[in-house]
Amino acid sequence: MGIKALAMKGMVAGCALAAGLFATAAMAADPIKIGVLHSLSGTMAISETTLKDTVLMMVDDINKKGGLLGRKVEAVVVDPASNWPLFAEKARELLQKEKVAAVFGCWTSVSRKSVLPVFEELNGMLFYPVQYEGEESSRNVFYTGAAPNQQAIPAVDYLMGKDGGEAKRWVLAGTDYVYPRTTNKILEAYLISKGVPKDDIMINYTPFGHADWQTIVADIKKFASAGKKTAVVSTINGDANVPFYKELANQGIKATDIPVVAFSVGEEELAGIDTKNLVGHLAAWNYFQSVDSAENDAFIKQWKTFIKNDKRVTNDPMEATYIGFKMWTQAVAQAGTTDVDAVRQAMYGQKVRSPSGYDIAMNTNHHLSKPVMIGEIQANGQFQIVNQTKAAIKADAWSPFIPESAKLTADWTFPWVCGNCAEPKYGKLK
Amino acid sequence: MPFVRLLSAALLFVTLLAAPARADDAAFSAALSGLAAEGFAEKAAAAERVAATGDARALPVLQAMEAGTLFVRKDDNKVVTGAVNGREVTLTDPLTGATLGTVASRDLTKITVNNALRSAISAAVGRLDLTSPDPARRLAAVESMARNATPETAAKLRDALARETDASVKLVIARAFARAALASPDAAERLKAVEELSAVQTAETRTLVAPLAKDPDAQVRAAAEALVAAIERREMLTAGALTLFQGLSLGSVLLLAAVGLAITFGVMGVINMAHGEMIMLGAYTAFVVQEAFRAFLPPGVFGLYLIVSIPAAFLVAGAVGVALERGIIRFLYGRPLETMLATWGISLMLQQVVRSIFGAPNKEVANPAWMTGAWEALPGLVLTWNRIAIVVFALAVIGALAATLRYTSLGLQMRAVTQNRSMAASMGIRTGWVDALTFGLGSGIAGVAGVALSQVGNVSPNLGQGYIVDSFMVVVFGGVGSLWGVLAGALSLGVVNKILEPYAGAMLGKILVLVFIILFIQKRPRGLFALKGRAAEA
Repeated sequence: MGIKALAMKGMVAGCALAAGLFATAAMAADPIKIGVLHSLSGTMAISETTLKDTVLMMVDDINKKGGLLGRKVEAVVVDPASNWPLFAEKARELLQKEKVAAVFGCWTSVSRKSVLPVFEELNGMLFYPVQYEGEESSRNVFYTGAAPNQQAIPAVDYLMGKDGGEAKRWVLAGTDYVYPRTTNKILEAYLISKGVPKDDIMINYTPFGHADWQTIVADIKKFASAGKKTAVVSTINGDANVPFYKELANQGIKATDIPVVAFSVGEEELAGIDTKNLVGHLAAWNYFQSVDSAENDAFIKQWKTFIKNDKRVTNDPMEATYIGFKMWTQAVAQAGTTDVDAVRQAMYGQKVRSPSGYDIAMNTNHHLSKPVMIGEIQANGQFQIVNQTKAAIKADAWSPFIPESAKLTADWTFPWVCGNCAEPKYGKLK
Repeated sequence: MPFVRLLSAALLFVTLLAAPARADDAAFSAALSGLAAEGFAEKAAAAERVAATGDARALPVLQAMEAGTLFVRKDDNKVVTGAVNGREVTLTDPLTGATLGTVASRDLTKITVNNALRSAISAAVGRLDLTSPDPARRLAAVESMARNATPETAAKLRDALARETDASVKLVIARAFARAALASPDAAERLKAVEELSAVQTAETRTLVAPLAKDPDAQVRAAAEALVAAIERREMLTAGALTLFQGLSLGSVLLLAAVGLAITFGVMGVINMAHGEMIMLGAYTAFVVQEAFRAFLPPGVFGLYLIVSIPAAFLVAGAVGVALERGIIRFLYGRPLETMLATWGISLMLQQVVRSIFGAPNKEVANPAWMTGAWEALPGLVLTWNRIAIVVFALAVIGALAATLRYTSLGLQMRAVTQNRSMAASMGIRTGWVDALTFGLGSGIAGVAGVALSQVGNVSPNLGQGYIVDSFMVVVFGGVGSLWGVLAGALSLGVVNKILEPYAGAMLGKILVLVFIILFIQKRPRGLFALKGRAAEA
């Protein structure tokens, strides 16, 4: 259905309301609109198109089950085209023109930062489904991906531990933008707090889409030849990973010698790489397709049926989208309305049994409690889970390893009601 | 399944033959069941025990474990090896070698391994391989043991050294002992060890020997210092050679990307913003050819797909180029701004067409076996095969292009048309036709470049965008219209970039190169190799 047709429908509904005839009947027939704000073209299309399809799958599913509050759910899909300012424009269009009840969208942190003021100004509700650097908590965003303490820190802990090979020397390699820089800042502070000398940490940044990894991989090899067990923590994003892993394989870096743990490489990214030479390199996520749970089997089946392709894979951001959508529908059902303020209150403490096989809960800092899983790449492009937390870990919106952040608290319930305060807003009730 | 039956019969036969030799069946079986433990550390200990039994059946079990084909049967907790075929697994009993039938994969639990366990297994396998008749396997075993040396492996190595007949394996063992002897309390021993290690000038040796530069014994100190200095000198040389190679390799990627543009922009003067998409089409052609090879031809000839892709990509991209020129660009000659906008629009359309047909995710274009891995030219100087292939290929492409322009009648006509269109026309050359073919040639070469670039980078609809700026940079820097300018420009930019990268980082390095080019163009607006004569003035 085109935008025009939607507008027409809206107008018809509006007329009926204005006339005051069968107003309640018209309301009941009116669908609940949600926005989908993912890039369908440009550099991020690779990753984001899948998430658009995931939302559509969930919408399709809930409509088959009779809709929400007795109304159909309708997805309004827009394409911000990997263009960060366009994200803000499209967000405004969704909130003001389409009057959507909630928006599912964004992938890169820069796109999220771009839409943030719009959501705060118009009091919208955004579900952000990707792991990110933390250091943020907005009243109008629910973060369903991992914060650094749910991904980066446990991964480093694993590599430091006996099972991970007791790494002593660290290479932090990332793409040059806000997520890797902030994550590496946190990781560096964390490693130093664990007694790793500064000389044993090498930090390297490369531009988006970097294709020539010869020098950097050779440098990593040289750095690792100092006689201490070395591990690489990769926050390399997007398709720069393909040539990076190819170069690693060609230069003969084996996971048993120098393991590489990645935070942005999932099943979808590995689909473009021959993984035979990468067996044993790692990734840290809150979900892998290889998770053995009944919920996951159902999720994978639902996805393959919906997308009509048996070869498609599932990944962590898809699972985060699934959790966000489920929670939103539960909160709407609980609140009995799609009103943003009411739904927000209903979101706190909302629980969903996710494909990861765990009960995931929404906290008052707008982040989730999730399990952390470390997986090793297998020859078939899937991950084998080698380590996972026993229980879900609560996300820190503000990292305790950055001194200026450690003071801040994110809590949107009384008496804090704040995303970045050192003291509760309602400390003293008058 | 006559084959399986035959195999199992053969295995059974072997088992029966070997049966009397087995007194310690119980010990092996007990060690085997230990592999089903929960934690990785327990599994590593169990693998040690399996190897320690010295049983002939231990090696295949450990290899299966490493490969991830060792399972636990859920109903009776028996450890079995399996051949996975989709969702079905054909089981073999590691104790007797008997086939246990085929079961569904969900009836089994895989015995998982991680990196630490994998190292432990390979060390254990190494110990078993120490007595292998194949010297290459003995060598690998010794190397792996020397890396994870313990007092108990030292004893084993000493035995192995006494037994060993192969010179190269002997050498490796001797060096392993020399490494251990570096910590000896006897100064003479230390000196001997340093001398022995001076034949192995690697970074690893440097790390080991460096502490001896503070040795109480003057002789040891001098020897250690000399060795470290020698290794450092050598490292500097290999680092220099490596940087040069990396620069040439980056340069040849730039060259491949730019050489097509050297024709369309350099020779014809068309600002072709869709040049990158021609590269992308070439890469996708390689993908299609690869898939066709996978689907229709035996796997033995798979490595040849790349050779077949080259002419295919030339034809596809060339045809699109000719269509473009005839359909749109020829109406816009002499209007650079409009050409630029039109070709940019076309580039967006081509990207979306490819995205609609193949989907947004990246496509995997595999390196053929002969292009994976690396060649260690000297210790520490590791040159990857795919990079070497691309350097050679880029030079071959530019050679072929230069020959085409110089020696063929099409080349002659091309040069004639670009130098003086009206004169060429009056000599009876169909200039319009030559224009189309020239544009097709440039586009076709871009397609060929796409095949090569698919081997080092991503194949996605956005592939071309990453190369378009670099291509223009090279052509402008090298000198518009000069093939040799493009060659010299691409290679020198590649080398400069790689020299800068370690100091400035990949990001700043690129910026510095760009600034350098801007300054250079201020000084020499026509680039490195300026065309002289009247044509250049037009």
